[in-house]
Amino acid sequence: MIMKMFNRLSSFPKGGVHPQDFKLSANRPIEFLPPPKTVTIPVSQHFGAPAIPIVKTGDKVKIGQVIAKADGFMSTNIHATVSGIVLRIEKCMDVSGYKRLAVVIDSQGEEWLEGVDLSRNFKADIVLTASEIIKKVQQDGLAGLGGATFPLHVKLSPPKGKQAEILLINGVECEPYLTADHRLMLEKGPEIMVGIKILMKALDVRKALIGIEANKIDAIEHLSKLAKDFHNIDVIALQVKYPQGAEKQLVEAMIGRQVPIGGLPIDVGCVVQNVGTAFAVYESIQKNKPLIERVVTVAGESLKRSSNFLVRLGTPISYLIEIAGGLPEDTGKIISGGPMMGKALNTPEVPVVKGTSGILVLSRSFSKRDPVLPCIRCARCVSHCPLGLEPYLLMNLVGKAMYEEAEQEMIMNCCECGSCAYVCPAKRPLLDSIRLGKSFIAQQRKERVKP
Amino acid sequence: MTNQKLTVSLPPHVYDHASVRKVMFDVLIALSPALLWSIYVFGIHALRVVLLGVSSCVIFEYLLQRYVLKVASSIDDGSAAVTGLLLAFNLPSNIPSWMVVVGCFFAIAVAKMTFGGLGNNPFNPALIGRVFLFVSFPVAMTSWPTPFVDRWQFVDAVTQATPLSIVKEGLRNGAPISGLIEKIPSNFDLFIGNRGGCIGEVSVLLLILGGLYLLYRKVISWQIPVSMIGAIFVFAGILRVSNPNACMTPLFQVLTGGVFLGAIYMATDMVTSPMMPWGMIIFGALIGVLTVIIRVFGAYPEGVSFAILIMNAFVPLIDKFTKPKKYGKVKNV
Repeated sequence: MIMKMFNRLSSFPKGGVHPQDFKLSANRPIEFLPPPKTVTIPVSQHFGAPAIPIVKTGDKVKIGQVIAKADGFMSTNIHATVSGIVLRIEKCMDVSGYKRLAVVIDSQGEEWLEGVDLSRNFKADIVLTASEIIKKVQQDGLAGLGGATFPLHVKLSPPKGKQAEILLINGVECEPYLTADHRLMLEKGPEIMVGIKILMKALDVRKALIGIEANKIDAIEHLSKLAKDFHNIDVIALQVKYPQGAEKQLVEAMIGRQVPIGGLPIDVGCVVQNVGTAFAVYESIQKNKPLIERVVTVAGESLKRSSNFLVRLGTPISYLIEIAGGLPEDTGKIISGGPMMGKALNTPEVPVVKGTSGILVLSRSFSKRDPVLPCIRCARCVSHCPLGLEPYLLMNLVGKAMYEEAEQEMIMNCCECGSCAYVCPAKRPLLDSIRLGKSFIAQQRKERVKP
Repeated sequence: MTNQKLTVSLPPHVYDHASVRKVMFDVLIALSPALLWSIYVFGIHALRVVLLGVSSCVIFEYLLQRYVLKVASSIDDGSAAVTGLLLAFNLPSNIPSWMVVVGCFFAIAVAKMTFGGLGNNPFNPALIGRVFLFVSFPVAMTSWPTPFVDRWQFVDAVTQATPLSIVKEGLRNGAPISGLIEKIPSNFDLFIGNRGGCIGEVSVLLLILGGLYLLYRKVISWQIPVSMIGAIFVFAGILRVSNPNACMTPLFQVLTGGVFLGAIYMATDMVTSPMMPWGMIIFGALIGVLTVIIRVFGAYPEGVSFAILIMNAFVPLIDKFTKPKKYGKVKNV
């Protein structure tokens, strides 16, 4: 069986790197983490407009109650993740490093909103219609849990004239260290399958494919076995290669189509969703449970207990690290996300949000970058760029403030996967420069639109 | 918990283990079998030229950076040592010591540092050094010691011509090809290195061995060596077929005149070669064609260095026309 899977291992054809995967917590089952004394719930946890708070200081809230309403179509609801009293509504530091509006709730008891199915019953029958599903996931605040947190209902409502024909489920988890999706696939397989069925119904597609990298053989076997009961869901084993979890690379790896520049996967007839999102969809539609918690990997070489926690949103990251054995002596960096694309935090006193897939505690040896040397034109950045860009050239152009030329060289198409900086033997800050150029060009474009 | 100092930086937070120094040391490792063989063939003088070449390049780079350019020294990246070794490999072992030093100065000061140091030089510094010596001191640069003679003594070596110059001189004087073949080593001797010539070029076998190591370590890719040697073979083959009396066999053409040294170690220099696979193939093939043109129709018996330097100048142009294919450019939205 394993051999059969290896025979058809596919991947995206161009570029990519193979960082050592350090899946320290792969064998640690998901543990439910009891909610902390206070949670800080930012009203902007998704891609799009921040939600608008609808509770006041002193209000009593229940778990699952809407505390901030979506502001327009490109936004999602935010729910209370503990029951108790709203302490204050104020600007708090979040993962981005900026202070943003958040609702702080003091946890008192465990009182759920009426109608949430807390039983252990497994529900396979889907009763809602497609439009009801889309409405429900919007109410329940669902957003892509892979990290980009794109509001789910937007993805489920393709623009006029475009029809999805295939649903791709992302179980790749190509970032080193992260194991949240891996554990979810092993422990919540049947629920994920039903979640996929719900997504297929909402999108009106006949076929769904689950892509999993070959370093998760157990997950591939488990979901393949479950998929036998569904004639239109298949599991595809993929080669281990970063950044396969990136939407464009995943589409090409799984169905061999390239998303056109400036386009979305829907332009080639597919929609990509994370396995974590599929599970959240099951919880929302079948159990009437809004998005109030998620699985977070907490890992690091010096951490006593690298673990996978089921965490209420708004829980401080410091609390997770404390449960995992406390911050080690030699900590140099705390990362939200994976080591390739994650964000370094300046304090662990920030809350877990919808897009937090992992918290990495890295030792001081990760804090130092090697000295930068001149480019020796080895072309490694060019050959490893999955998008066919020339990072060395982009860096030179940005350094000389030649933004128009950089735009012509498709700098805005960069997905910031960091493969170029990862492989550079001269340790040049290629991605730093490209991001600088991108933000400058984005700024210029905004100003151009202004009257 | 929060009193611990945290580093905030942009991703990625992990890097692979590649470094410029590792690249340069891989080249030094790859060249060492050929170096040991040369010391066996040419003796103490090969060692003298190599040590002098490496040390003068490193010292010149250090002195220029320290006292003239007033910048941090970069000799620990190993690139100056590689330049020195490659330059020494392109010299005969009986060359006077002061000429080696002059060549090294020219390579480092003129060909490398004036352009801004490592990564900015358009031409291969070792080849510039060699060509400078070749043009300035043609006699010293074209008298090669007879192999295996007086290897371990500091005496003036017995010299002889290289196979290529025997052929060139012979053809110029109207001698028939068949008569010349007796004067030159067999193809097998040329391949294993039982012959005279520049320090580094003698054993094709060991140069290929080092090349395989570089391929394995991904320091070079196959395109430039294969297209360059292939082009020499094919082009020389066409000339041979069209005029068997004026041209040696294609096998002889690729086994002599430092073709393998140039193809594997000089033309593949990352700084002065194209970046994309197709660009490398074009680059290598044109070097091969130019080499044969210089050898057969030009005044010099040997054309690899000139061919590589000429093509170095075309690298920006080649890079411009062989850009990687952008993802998603196949269809319009």
